[in-house]
Amino acid sequence: MSIELLYALTGAALFVLGLHALVVHAHLLRKILAFNIMGSGIFLVLVGLAQRSGITDPVAQALVLTGIVVAVSASALALALMRRLYALSGTITLDESD
Amino acid sequence: MRMLRHALTLAAILLLFAALVLAMLDLPMPDTPLAGITQRHLGDSGVSHPVTAVLLNFRAYDTLLEIGVLLLAAFGTLALRMASDETPIPTASNADSVLTGLVHLLVPLMVMLSGYLLWAGSHRPGGAFQAGAVLAAAGLLLRLIGYWRPPLPPSVLMRAGLLLGFLVFLTVVLAAPLSGAVLATYPQAWASELILVIETALTLSIALVLLSLFGAESGAMQR
Repeated sequence: MSIELLYALTGAALFVLGLHALVVHAHLLRKILAFNIMGSGIFLVLVGLAQRSGITDPVAQALVLTGIVVAVSASALALALMRRLYALSGTITLDESD
Repeated sequence: MRMLRHALTLAAILLLFAALVLAMLDLPMPDTPLAGITQRHLGDSGVSHPVTAVLLNFRAYDTLLEIGVLLLAAFGTLALRMASDETPIPTASNADSVLTGLVHLLVPLMVMLSGYLLWAGSHRPGGAFQAGAVLAAAGLLLRLIGYWRPPLPPSVLMRAGLLLGFLVFLTVVLAAPLSGAVLATYPQAWASELILVIETALTLSIALVLLSLFGAESGAMQR
């Protein structure tokens, strides 16, 4: 197993960890953080798989740069929405009822 | 019942992980030589770093849409902040003195670093996004000591700065179809100058977008 494949597998593990946290937790801030970790896992997969051949693939790295910026701005919007929800409803825990 | 649900969730997640690992171990070596194609056309792109060339020349349309997404997030956050009602944050009168001294040292250095990152993007890792992020961090430090706050509702200068990067980029990208070429084709002789102009406008816009996203006041401050 090469080192690049190890990066990609770690990215997959991060993605799965984030997905589990997203599904299990009811607190909105934890869901937003879990979403960010899923995104970081996907970036790690892209960067790891980009280095498998001899030359690194610049298109995958450019994709990750774009992805990081979009993830940051989406997280900021999500946090602003969460704060507004808290101000309006007084709770940021989703209902546990099935 | 809850234990069963948790166990099922855990089992499903572990199955997904196993499937991902098997898929990745099984991937064939890439036979679409994107890296080779990029290397061959790097001389025509106007910059000498492949990632910058991909971001701002070969895939300029994606970067344009990315700036659009940034603007959407900024508009949404500004609108939400204007509607909110929260308590104010520290002002100059109650800012920490050690922080204030440190910011006086750091902010000029960060502005200089941002300019360097913007220029260095043509031949090594750098470019508009990195420079804009450093500039936004400098602005946030200034806000933390109460020196300056992004005003709400945004002033005319703020709005112009937010839109400047997107409009400059859009103009350059749309200029090509107006003269018959494919979308986002830069004239060969001006490619590097055009990229520098676009990146400068983008740096300012990205810094202002990040400042609005993370440093905007609440609407209560204006009442």
